[in-house]
This record gives sequence, structure tokens and C-alpha cells, in this order.
Amino acid sequence: MTTRIDTRFAALKAEGRPALVTFVTAGDPDYDTSLEIIRGLPAAGADLIELGMPFSDPMADGPAVQLAGRRALMAGQNMVKTLKMVKEFRQGDPDTPVILMGYYNPIYIYGSDRFLADAKAAGVDGLIIVDLPPEEDSELCVPALAAGLNFIRLATPTTDAKRLERVLKNTSGFVYYVSITGITGSAAPDTAEVAASVAHIKAKTDLPVAVGFGVRTPEQARAIGAGADGVVVGSAIVGAIGDSLDGNGKATPGTVGAVLELVRELAAGVRASRKPVTPA
Amino acid sequence: MTKPVEPNSFRTGPDESGHFGIFGGRYVAETLMPLILELEQAYRDAKNDPAFHAELENLNKHYTGRPSPLYFAERLTQHLGGAKIYFKRDELNHTGSHKINNCLGQILLARRMGKTRIIAETGAGQHGVASATVSARFGYPCVVYMGKTDVERQSPNVFRMKLLGAEVMPVTSGAGTLKDAMNEALRDWVTNVRDTYYIIGTAAGPHPYPELVRDFQSVIGKELRGQMLEAEGRLPDMLIAAVGGGSNAIGLFHPFLDDKEIEIIGVEAGGHGLDGDEHCASITAGTPGVLHGNRTFLLQDADGQIKEGHSISAGLDYPGIGPEHSWLKDTGRVEYVPIMDTEALEAFQLLCRLEGIIPALEPSHALAEVIKRAPGMRKDQIIVMNLCGRGDKDVFTVSKHLGFEL
Repeated sequence: MTTRIDTRFAALKAEGRPALVTFVTAGDPDYDTSLEIIRGLPAAGADLIELGMPFSDPMADGPAVQLAGRRALMAGQNMVKTLKMVKEFRQGDPDTPVILMGYYNPIYIYGSDRFLADAKAAGVDGLIIVDLPPEEDSELCVPALAAGLNFIRLATPTTDAKRLERVLKNTSGFVYYVSITGITGSAAPDTAEVAASVAHIKAKTDLPVAVGFGVRTPEQARAIGAGADGVVVGSAIVGAIGDSLDGNGKATPGTVGAVLELVRELAAGVRASRKPVTPA
Repeated sequence: MTKPVEPNSFRTGPDESGHFGIFGGRYVAETLMPLILELEQAYRDAKNDPAFHAELENLNKHYTGRPSPLYFAERLTQHLGGAKIYFKRDELNHTGSHKINNCLGQILLARRMGKTRIIAETGAGQHGVASATVSARFGYPCVVYMGKTDVERQSPNVFRMKLLGAEVMPVTSGAGTLKDAMNEALRDWVTNVRDTYYIIGTAAGPHPYPELVRDFQSVIGKELRGQMLEAEGRLPDMLIAAVGGGSNAIGLFHPFLDDKEIEIIGVEAGGHGLDGDEHCASITAGTPGVLHGNRTFLLQDADGQIKEGHSISAGLDYPGIGPEHSWLKDTGRVEYVPIMDTEALEAFQLLCRLEGIIPALEPSHALAEVIKRAPGMRKDQIIVMNLCGRGDKDVFTVSKHLGFEL
């Protein structure tokens, strides 16, 4: 099985640069603005799109992503609308991989089998479900792989060599290395430690390794991208959405532009990451 | 949902993967998984270590004041005119509730695991106080996450925790109650996983917490068995306990689950009634879902978003319940019923006047169910209710509802 994710990482490898993976929450700050943002992401330089499925209790997320989920839920986002959003995006973009990211309960309540069928039909390529470790693989991971979706697992600084084997089994698409012990958008990762961990993971798998949690700036993206196959930026982007809103939390004419401008800067950082730094 | 086949024993769970039937499990971020597995191993080792049990028993006796008395509530029995009513008096424990039973067990585990920092979540503040207490006793720094709403309505307990040297972190996300405090504690834990031990306060969360919290609380039911035989020469006919997350209830129930002639009743917070969203009756009015590391009955909407819930009692104000209770409901072994805020308030006042005991609002829910059941039972029948907390912390809340200016 080859998915859009596999194809995209293979193409970037040939190109000799890491991927920029961007995270936004579906429906933040409202359905139409959110769809306009994700439609603009590929041209702004996003190579893969992670779309957050909002959840009332995002246990692994920091304040920025918590607020984004809250805005989306307040605006009426739900699983049906998130899948519809992917479908509408996919009509105009047959190539950019879309990964749904979130927590298990909204999927469980939607019905796992129905979810996998509808996600596949909408044009979803992979899933990242924060609270489904390998111990619960029978819930969604194994059925997702059977349905032709990638199941992307998180490896973390607490994942030792023995645990890594378990994490890598049944992982597909890419490995998402969480660069810090912590929640999304918190401390900046130590670049040298991250590079060592990524090298450690790459010694155990042929899958691409993308690094996320705590990457905020083009400079960080450039540094992390030197050793990784992908750099994930989330909190900084949803933070830019938050900063662009009016006093009532509604989108302004500047919202989409502000987000895409940040993505362009991050993309420039990522694209420069394998090039030598030229002295100023 | 089809009803599971009745098992030979109700006391063998969870299975190796931490499930009670379809409930339970380990639904946590990968960052926490190695620690969860380490905790499971540490608990297995401790269970097989006589020194661990000896130290815990010694602390239970000399620090907490166990065994807690079994008290025959003579005037309440006369007043209701039916079954004999006994209270298991866990409100007389050091710190004023059953929460200390679990905290002492877990702080010994934290020490075995070499952790140097304690975190906890709290709703009513009873578990926060108990966590702060054992942290002080064993010399650990302690951070307690507490919803902002609860910080305001349980201010005496906030001050107690501070006196005990704990840092109380008010949580403003969501409605600022127990669920949000638990989210924030999990965020702290995932950030500080290497040095921090998380003392979960109820028999919920990822495996092995539901099991180990139950085991530490089962001291309640184990003591009761001996005390009851001594007092009446037989076991009771009915057990009743309040259920929020359900730790006092499972501690009372578990040793009796295979005594099938005993009726067992868990009492949920019915709040303002089950018609709207103003209640916390997860089992009676909820559906199975996955939250805070386990699959269990939850209050949630059609999109799987968790509702806030409401109860007059901050300790019952949680939209979920321990997974073993969900399984006991599913198998039909335990009956779960809701009690409204107003019924709990009436029971609270009745106990003050008839027995000279000011109960916490949580066991006041159980008491309201006793008041409903006892009159219809024979005088030679016996009900035991877990009086799991004392009511000092609730006098402000109650005075407000009774229109009394403090």
C-alpha cells in the first residue's frame, strides 16, 4: 500500500529537503475560514497537513491548541464537519497528504468502522491519535491499516530502545518524534538532543521521522530540519490564528493572510535546513 | 449493548491488559506509557512484599486511626422504622475522609519508584488535603490541581493544603471543576514524567490505577466483614455508598462482590434532575466512552465531547466513573441510582439532628438512598452505609442553600 504520505516523503527525499508539516484545528475559528486556511497551506509551503479534530478535553495540548479547539467547538465544529472539510479540500488538491490528529473519544462515539470508511472516502491519508498507545492497537490502529490509512505513532524522549520496537510495530507513513516531555507548544527543544534521538529512531526504521512539539520559529524549523525528515509546527500557527481575531473571537480580513505568511516563513526555514548557513 | 455473561467471580479483574470487560484500559499519551508500565511493575512487586504491607498497616493504624468504627445508628434506625442501619465511619479518619487510605498506599509506591515530586487533582479538596498530608509526612513537594470554581466553593480545604505545604494551582480551563483539574494534572505529569508521581484520587484513570486505588480502599470492606460478624454474627443484607469516581464505594463493595445474597447500591449525583445537563449521573444517564486513560460511562454529547455536569457536592462533580463500576453495572452485580441535590441536603440535616454527625455532602447522597430503602425492609435486615467523609468542608455550601448568612 502506498499512500499520499509515502509518495510525498519519497519526493522530498529525492529533492533533498525535509517536509514542513503544519497543524491547524479543523473549524478554527469557524468552518469557512478554516477551510480557506487549509486550502492556502500547500501554496504557502506546507508539504503535509495535520488537521486537528477538536475535543473538549485535550490532555496533551498546551494553551494555544486548547484555545483553538475551544474556538472550533464554539463555532459548531464536529466530526461530520471535519470529514466534510477534508472532502472539500481534497476536491481542489489531489496530492497534499491530510492527517487527522486528535483524541480517541470522538472517533469511538462516531463509530470506529464508520469513521475509517468515511475518512478514507473523504481523502484522509493518516491518523495520529494521541491517547491510543500500542497497548490499545486493536481499537483503531489495526483496523485503520486494514482500511488503507496510515497510523502514525508518537515516539517520545521517554521511549527507550525496547519500547521503540513496540512503538514502531504497526506504525506507518512516518514516525512523529515528540521533541520534549510535555504538552504541545511548550518548551523549545534542544536541537542536539533531538538530532541524536532522530538518528536513534532512524537506525531502527526506514520510515521518515518528523519532529514536533515546541517548534515555533523558522530558525528552529531550519535547525531541526537538518537531521529530520519533517518538521511539525502547530501551536505557533494556531497562535497566529488566535492573534488575528477580533475582540469577539471572530475571524478578521487579516486572519487567513497572517497564517499563510507565517507558514511561508516556516517553509523558507525548512527549505534552507540542508544548506550551509551563509555568514552574514 | 449485550449483557456480558455472569462471571464465576466478580473479584478477579482487571485482566492482564487492565480491562474490566470492555471497560478500563490504558488510553494515554506515549510519553506516559513507560511510566504506567513501570508503575504496574512497582505495584506487583509491592503487593508481594510483606514489608510494604506491614508499613502500610502500621500507618493505617497509627497515622490514620484505622480500623474505622462500625457504628449502629440507633436513632436513625428508629426514625425510619425498618432495617437496622450501620455506618462505616471513614469520616473519622485522619484528614476527615477515606481519601487518606489511597494516598498512604500511593506515597509508599512513589518512594519505591524513587520519585521526588507529588502531584494530585482534587474536586472537593478531600483528596488534595490527603495528598498534601502524606507529602508532608514523607517530605515530598506537592502540587495540587483544583478547578477555579472548586477553589472558590471549598476554600477551607484550599487553606488546609497550603498549611500542609502544598502548592494549589487553580485551573481555569473548562468549567474549572474536577475534570479540568485532572486534565491539567495529566499535562503536568507528561511534562515532568521523569521525577513526578501522580496520586490519582479515585479508582479511575489508566491501568493500573483503578486496580491499585481499589486495593488500597478495600481496607474499608475488609474491616467491615470482621466488624459485622462481631456485631451481628452475620453479613449485612445491603451495602450503600456514594459514587463520584467511585473509590470509597469500590473499597466498601469489592470484598463483598461474591457474596451474592448481599444487595449492593451505588449512589450517583442526580444534581437538579436527570432531564437536563445539571447532574453527574454518569452510569444512569451516560454512555461508554474514553476519557482520562480509561473506557467507562461518561456524560457526553453525540459528537463525543465531554459535558461538564453538576452536583451540589464538589466531590461527585465528575462526568465519568471508575471503570470497574461501569463493568459492575453492565454485569448487573451492582445497582446504581441517582439522588438529587435537594434529597442529599435533607439527608445531611437529618443526620446532624438525629445522630449528632455532620456528614459530607458526598455520603449525604448515600444516606438519602438509605432513607428511601430502610423503611421498606424488615427490622431484622441490615444496611451498611459508608460514611466516607465529614461535613466541615461543606458548611459554607449548605449554609448558602439554607439561606443562612455565615
